[in-house]
Amino acid sequence: MSDNHNTDKIISTANKLRWEIGENLYDTLMETIYQNAQEIASKAITYSDKKPPFSLDRTLDKILTSKYFGLPIMLLMLALVFWITIEGANYPSSFLASVLVDYIHPVLKDLLTSLNSPKWLTGLLVDGAYLSTAWVISVMLPPMAIFFPLFTLLEDFGYLPRVAFNMDALYRKAGAHGKQALTMAMGFGCNAAGVISTRIIDSPRERLIAIITNNFSLCNGRWPAQILIATIFIGGLAPAYLAGIFSAAAVIFIAVLGIAMSLIVSWFLSKTLLKGETSSFSLELPPYRPPRILQTLYTSLIDRTIFVLWRAIVFAVPAGMIIWLVSNITIDNISVANHFIEKVNPVALLFGLNGVIFLAYIIAIPANEIVIPTILMLTVSQLGLTEFGAGSGVLFELESTADTAKILHSGGWTLLTGINLMLFSLLHNPCSTTIYTIYKETRSLKWTALSTFLPIVLGLSLTFLVTQIFNLLS
Amino acid sequence: MKTKENTNCANCPVHNVGHLKKLGINMDNFDFVVALAGNPNTGKSTVFNYFTGLRQHTGNWPGKTVTRAEGGFEYEGKKFKVVDLPGTYSLLSTSADEEVARDFILFGQPDVTVIIADSTRLERNLNLVLQILEITDRAVLCLNLIDEANRNGISINERILSKQLGIPVIPTTARSGQGINELLKIIYEIATGRYVCKPFKMKTHSSDLNKSINELVALLSEQFPDLPNKRWVALRLLEGDQSIINSIRSGELGNLKTAPSSGLVEIEK
Repeated sequence: MSDNHNTDKIISTANKLRWEIGENLYDTLMETIYQNAQEIASKAITYSDKKPPFSLDRTLDKILTSKYFGLPIMLLMLALVFWITIEGANYPSSFLASVLVDYIHPVLKDLLTSLNSPKWLTGLLVDGAYLSTAWVISVMLPPMAIFFPLFTLLEDFGYLPRVAFNMDALYRKAGAHGKQALTMAMGFGCNAAGVISTRIIDSPRERLIAIITNNFSLCNGRWPAQILIATIFIGGLAPAYLAGIFSAAAVIFIAVLGIAMSLIVSWFLSKTLLKGETSSFSLELPPYRPPRILQTLYTSLIDRTIFVLWRAIVFAVPAGMIIWLVSNITIDNISVANHFIEKVNPVALLFGLNGVIFLAYIIAIPANEIVIPTILMLTVSQLGLTEFGAGSGVLFELESTADTAKILHSGGWTLLTGINLMLFSLLHNPCSTTIYTIYKETRSLKWTALSTFLPIVLGLSLTFLVTQIFNLLS
Repeated sequence: MKTKENTNCANCPVHNVGHLKKLGINMDNFDFVVALAGNPNTGKSTVFNYFTGLRQHTGNWPGKTVTRAEGGFEYEGKKFKVVDLPGTYSLLSTSADEEVARDFILFGQPDVTVIIADSTRLERNLNLVLQILEITDRAVLCLNLIDEANRNGISINERILSKQLGIPVIPTTARSGQGINELLKIIYEIATGRYVCKPFKMKTHSSDLNKSINELVALLSEQFPDLPNKRWVALRLLEGDQSIINSIRSGELGNLKTAPSSGLVEIEK
């Protein structure tokens, strides 16, 4: 008891003294710290008078963060990164597909058959789990292995804070915290990581805005999907020598749309649910440093590429099995998948999408990485395309993006479907890992639900609008 | 410029082999805890990776580390656990990352706190250094990016700085591993009690404030006679810092003691 009495006394005395000192305490403290630091610094530090005749850092900053050139240069840099990724990924992709799918898949199947494995087990393991994994590797690995090292080099060089600097004014105008530009950049890698990174934002109000809008940054799982769909549907519109540039431009457009959405939603939230003052902060622009190329390659390959790929595989295995099951379990001679697809198709067409896409997004809630493989697998099983594989729910040999295109076109896909899938891939619910992270960071079901459903509502509204306009014009 | 002398030795892996053993995430039965603190983007994670052999992702932008990362290394037969704290400009305000850093230095009571400063912006970095020295007595200042500072015509007299701050000062270039060996050696010496720091405590010129602090320190001494940093706790109380008030209520603060570093006992054996 006496313990409690004493601690209470300490606290009440502190409260009393606080009133006596008044409001200036914080200022007095800061002043003390600065004074002391300055005294010490003046004794120990000497600055040479000779200014370097030419400072590369300052010249670079003048250009990269310039009022007029800052944003265009940022877009150009992004475009260059995507273009290299798109151009570079096609060949290794088809090589991996031919090894993993053409060569190893039949071997595995024969092996299981020779071991007298029942047909359903072979189907589940080889046609479901193995093939979906093989597909994820051949589609995801090459773009990631090119994109991540390039992005990491930019990061190591010191470009990211400049991006934040360029974006800061925009975010502040939207009623959000300038640091949101940094958490957004982090979200371009992974939204779950982006949500965690919002801890650098002090004000709870602005932090919530940053969490809710982080999903508008395209993440690792969605870049390859955007790149693939853009290559097929947008690149296909242009003559061959311009296809890469067209596709890259389309991906940039989606990425920029995501940034615009995050600004608009931030602005909307700060005017309605999350009203309040914008706090100021100082952003330190670190010096440019020559990137350490070998180390960057190593860390971005090990930490990012392998990490993301592993996650994709972990989710691809059960998803592959589920796809095989829903395509092979039949009610009234029609597979469960097809029942769902037919029911949903009329609704989906309003949004310029289709039942396959909706089903794929449900199966792929755990990981955006497997959306495209799931869509292709379901399309094949729904159409019963045997040319590409061995029947229902089997992922098939894809020699190149041209084969992917063939399947999608025969599934009734048009330019409109491609555009809307790109939009919906940007604007739909976060993956389950991100949803869980949002809950852990906010400890609130309400904000978690808002972050989950708001993007879906926006995505459906936008695709609906695009579809109606597209239909009016054509 | 001083660092030039042993560049070749410090950079050669053979030189370090006998002393440093990178233990990665193996942190079983460690003898000492080392915290890495400092402003954002000064190279904490680079130093962390160098010590532990881990590949904590490093990036050239402030705010990359928001949670703390842990790893281990062995030096001269002693096992050290290293904790990489989020970078902060001060310990005064209350964003989540600053609280992680402050609470760890205060409640985690690391045996050594390595304060990593950006030599090109030393004066600003000193603000945090001084605040950390209010909380802990066992610290070393690592003047990282010293090569960049020298290139920009900034020269720092480590001996004067060390004398002023009352803690050892080691210039390093962590990216290339320069000075890391000296840093390890001094960490070892502080942890084992061979080097005793006498850290600089800030002087405030406001007499009102001093009076209030003294009054609270007296009360705190009565209740928590072993509390190591009473003046600092008194200041936080005056500020109305909720997490400190809670830790007084819960008694967590009372568990902190000015126990000698665990290594000191070992030395005397």
